[in-house]
Amino acid sequence: MTTTAETATAELLDWYEQMAVIRRTEQAAQDLFLAGLVKGTTHLAAGHEAVAVGASTALRDDDYVFATYRGHHHAIARGATPEECLAELMSKATGLCGGKGGSMHLTKADRNMLGSYAIVGAHLPMAAGAAWSAVLRGSGQVAVAFFGDGATNIGTFHETLNLAAVWKLPVLFVCENNLYMEYTPIGSVTAVPNPAADRAAAYRLPAELLDGNDVLAVHAAVATAAQRARAGDGPTIIEARTYRQFGHSRTDPGKYRPEAEVAQWLARDPLTLARAALADRGVPESDVDAADQRARALVEAAVAAAKAAPEPDLATALTDVWADGSAGWRS
Amino acid sequence: MAELTTYRESVAEGIAREMRRDPAVVCLGEDIGAAGGVFKTTVGLYEEFGPVRIRDTPISEQAIVGAAMGAAMTGLRPVAEIMFSDFLACCWDHVANEIPKVRYMTGGQVTVPLVIRTANGGGLGFGAQHSQAVENWAFAVPGLKVVAPATPSDVVGLMAAAIRSDDPVVFFEHKGLFASKGPPAPPEHLVPLGQAACLRTGTDVTLVALAATVPTALAAAERLTAEGVSAEVLDLRCLVPLDMRAVLESVARTSRLVVVEENPYQGGWGGTVASIVADEGFELLDAPIRRVAAACVPLPFADRLEDAVLPTVDTVAGAVRALAAY
Repeated sequence: MTTTAETATAELLDWYEQMAVIRRTEQAAQDLFLAGLVKGTTHLAAGHEAVAVGASTALRDDDYVFATYRGHHHAIARGATPEECLAELMSKATGLCGGKGGSMHLTKADRNMLGSYAIVGAHLPMAAGAAWSAVLRGSGQVAVAFFGDGATNIGTFHETLNLAAVWKLPVLFVCENNLYMEYTPIGSVTAVPNPAADRAAAYRLPAELLDGNDVLAVHAAVATAAQRARAGDGPTIIEARTYRQFGHSRTDPGKYRPEAEVAQWLARDPLTLARAALADRGVPESDVDAADQRARALVEAAVAAAKAAPEPDLATALTDVWADGSAGWRS
Repeated sequence: MAELTTYRESVAEGIAREMRRDPAVVCLGEDIGAAGGVFKTTVGLYEEFGPVRIRDTPISEQAIVGAAMGAAMTGLRPVAEIMFSDFLACCWDHVANEIPKVRYMTGGQVTVPLVIRTANGGGLGFGAQHSQAVENWAFAVPGLKVVAPATPSDVVGLMAAAIRSDDPVVFFEHKGLFASKGPPAPPEHLVPLGQAACLRTGTDVTLVALAATVPTALAAAERLTAEGVSAEVLDLRCLVPLDMRAVLESVARTSRLVVVEENPYQGGWGGTVASIVADEGFELLDAPIRRVAAACVPLPFADRLEDAVLPTVDTVAGAVRALAAY
């Protein structure tokens, strides 16, 4: 695993704990789904934790984050609590979106986590627009769009890379390449081996191809790219190879993935790698176990609180279409 | 008589007024900068506000509208141009799925104060893919405000309201009206969204119109005066918010209603207007509601054919005449 001298051991332990919180939240989401307490669908990010935590810890608090429908990890990494995430999944009034968004639309706008979008690629130009806005306002903020490998074959990806390159926007494009576009190996439907990084040259953008399960590697690459962006040097594409530990969605067991491949990636679980890095730095195992225990207790309490939370008030079905809070469309 | 101005010039005037009063207003679109827009509706803006606030884009409708959305969520008031309204189909995900839904689906966490301006409608012989009146597309999506002015002064007044709106607005500029003239907007002119204008009072029948069908309806009403039919003409100006109070009050006076719309009859906005009047104003009516809309075909190219499928003074006058005699 990458060793970054600047990353203090205490910091790395904190990142481990954040990843453990995400992992436990995703496991809880799966359990609640199977128990019938989460409706609709979920797209779990267990396995992707290092991308969210490595990136988020390299950003300023006021930087913008845009995520996909597989976005629980990004909401949590930007400050959403497991309780408000799980309450949203469970259709509760205390959920992040008051029960009006659900698993695919987790948003924490007061932390500039500006949404999770369920139309593939749709949020890429939004991130470019937020970056443009930051430039015009002179705020020094950057915007980050996280997206899957599947999004690299949709039009918005290419339109946005070109626009962001031409306008030299402070935006980071972080591809979480988990090797599968839903149920199909990305390689079998893509003209290049590295779906995001290999496209960068077409837009004269720099690209980083890295191990997305290595939180230190993600952190370092995002920190460098954010610095470039803030310095006015434009966008960077980061392709982080990772692997989802659950299926694509709902109850998908992911049987289309070879067993050996699954085993190989599970052995490279981002939490396992972070544990090893902590051990290398001489952190006692009991400290890491304690972080795990805190994560477990936090998520257990979150599940209990979300279960006990009230249902949304029926009146809210007809609010917040418009900025004044109303839904009226005619006199 | 005061000097007249064009609808076309009023587009740039309306945008310029808002850009002068609010530094958060920015424009983006294809050829809107030094070129002044393919319809010359942004002439002068680049010279006055410069390349930072008047931003030329590649031909990338999704990037244009998606970037406008991201900018709107983070403190700007973008005015995005989609050159022809037919091209809204190229960024329909953002227009129909992203922009109108994000506030609701986040439980009110974000607002999207943007304007999508677009040249709409037929009558200029641009053929099937550059002529469609598509205001009914936008009208079908909860979460979008829909504006379609008919006069130069309303272009300025409604542009002010649209840009100042904290909600997303689709602003249809009618291609067939760009050269039309009218009195210029007074200083500080603001036309609130959702208020129809009664342009002609009458006692026998109400004509409800929008954008290019407004002059058509007015001409038909004028022609019918000679035949002893007194028609009232309402310009809706907006489809969302929809000023049904004005429509119902007018129908209460006239007891007859003809809706004149340029979008196809099939799925056109007039169907909603008619259904509300049927639901809530049935007792006010002395005759069936009539809709004069475009034929349910793609727009043909030849003038002779295009005229045959769009509402004309003749078809509107014919509908009113028949209804008055009902």
